[in-house]
Amino acid sequence: METTVAEKYRTVIGLEFHIQLVTESKMFCTCSAQYAAHPPNTVVCPVCLGLPGALPVINEKVIECIVMAGLALNCTIPEYAKFDRKNYPYPDLPKGYQISQFDLPFCIGGRLTLDEEDGGRTIGITRVHQEEDTAKSTHVTAPSGERYSLVDFNRSGVPLMEVVTEPDIATPQEAAAFGRKLRQIVRYLGISTANMENGAMRCDANISVWPAEASMGDVKVEVKNMNSFRSVERALEFEQARQTRILEGGVDTRITETRGWVEATGETVSQRTKEEAHDYRYFPEPDLPPLQLSPQWVSGVEEKLPELPAAKRQRFMADYELSAYDARLLTQSQELADYFETASARAKNAKAVANWMSRNLLQRLNESDTEINDCPIAPADLAELVLLIDSGEISNRTAQEVFDHMFDTGKSARKIVAEQGLTQISDESALETIVAQVIAENPAAVQDFNQGKKRAIGFLVGQVMKATRGKANPGIVNQKLQEELRQG
Amino acid sequence: MPDTEHTEAISRKDVQHVADLARLALSPEEEERFQHQLSAVFEHFAMLNELDTEHISPTAQVIPLTNVMRPDAAEPPLPKEDVLANAPDREEDQFRVRAILDF
Repeated sequence: METTVAEKYRTVIGLEFHIQLVTESKMFCTCSAQYAAHPPNTVVCPVCLGLPGALPVINEKVIECIVMAGLALNCTIPEYAKFDRKNYPYPDLPKGYQISQFDLPFCIGGRLTLDEEDGGRTIGITRVHQEEDTAKSTHVTAPSGERYSLVDFNRSGVPLMEVVTEPDIATPQEAAAFGRKLRQIVRYLGISTANMENGAMRCDANISVWPAEASMGDVKVEVKNMNSFRSVERALEFEQARQTRILEGGVDTRITETRGWVEATGETVSQRTKEEAHDYRYFPEPDLPPLQLSPQWVSGVEEKLPELPAAKRQRFMADYELSAYDARLLTQSQELADYFETASARAKNAKAVANWMSRNLLQRLNESDTEINDCPIAPADLAELVLLIDSGEISNRTAQEVFDHMFDTGKSARKIVAEQGLTQISDESALETIVAQVIAENPAAVQDFNQGKKRAIGFLVGQVMKATRGKANPGIVNQKLQEELRQG
Repeated sequence: MPDTEHTEAISRKDVQHVADLARLALSPEEEERFQHQLSAVFEHFAMLNELDTEHISPTAQVIPLTNVMRPDAAEPPLPKEDVLANAPDREEDQFRVRAILDF
């Protein structure tokens, strides 16, 4: 049997993420870290401006955040860590170096297991280290053709956590799934907005394709400029195909280089060839004493870890008897999971709440591009809707209508039911009258029923529901129809 | 002029490499001058190798301090005019610099 192109090659992908941490103040100075909320160069001080003689002081919250992340990613937290200077000249880095970590980072040797739906593989985490973000440059071309850059230092010194994976990722889809999982975890931890669109989370990928039978060579292509996980997947698919095509040509002409993803054309283009390995001349940061994190202190951080997505999903399946699908859906964010638990505790019917959320609420939120925290229906209100159904006050069919009104107006279920007279008709004598009327008006269906076509009763139930605008209690309607027809 | 008297601690290639990393364009004369000067600095520091450090563990820090941190609280920044006071050029309250699109 001939091997396909896909079988002939294997793809090796490693990822690097830069994730801005949410803190009040910057990494090494007391300027506000809410850089985007301020006009250019208005949250800047001598430290983040890189003025000579200014001295950095470590923000303790940042260390706690990164250790939380490391623990959530099953890393080892070494007892001793230090900062180093990474030297390179660029206008957005006026000191001439970035404070980062070289050989002794805060977190090493972790792993992250993907959901079964994403293949379920475990991806190794090489390290998680801390560094500072750079200033923001805007490149401008003047009408005269002169090119220059404008630099805003508000972002300079914002805490940035770097997560580096092992080259364990085998497909572009898996790379995107890993990124989404990592984003979910840091959001659960509450340490970052992890928003790809505005740069709070950035992803670079190293990818190389090799013949399945051969050992790996040393060519490595780094892909940058992807600002969504969909882009990560598309860029890596493009790069995988490009490299495979070169190998299929018989002569490996690939070089180690950095390529940028161009969203508009769906291609990667060469940005820089790494003729010479980067020479960052790392050396220990003399202005910052090292950190010694005692096991007791680390245990204290571990106790603050929230329940993480995988554990929460298992618990939702065990405690609320949710399907694996619903449990995954409802644990996609901490906020959604909290909404579900608040509503089901009040409704005392977790399955019904899960159904309303997965079939109706999430769809409406998606359609209106609304976050769960801005949902017009509060958890208590969804619980009330479920209680009205469970107590028989409204029918399931009416409930759909009520739900839509709730979402559109933000009014409570009880209020809508009262305002629109939607209470279910369970009054037997009232229903008997309507049932008799429907039987009189539909002799053909009655005849069908009497001739043994039992399904004809469904049509008659439908007619009663129509006559009552969906408010009739279907159980009682069915019962009354059966009685009337039998007497018939 | 090839150096034949003794081998310099810093080669011409080292000088070119460091100049490149620092984005400095050096003339051949400057390269040679810096090669001699940097070599002299290196040779001076090489004296440290004469010390017996066999029983001293390597360290990145000479100050016996660890865990010097501050609470996460924001304080007022430098006034904008002070921030931009030394800007070589400015536009729209930003630092205006020559374009450097790659490094």
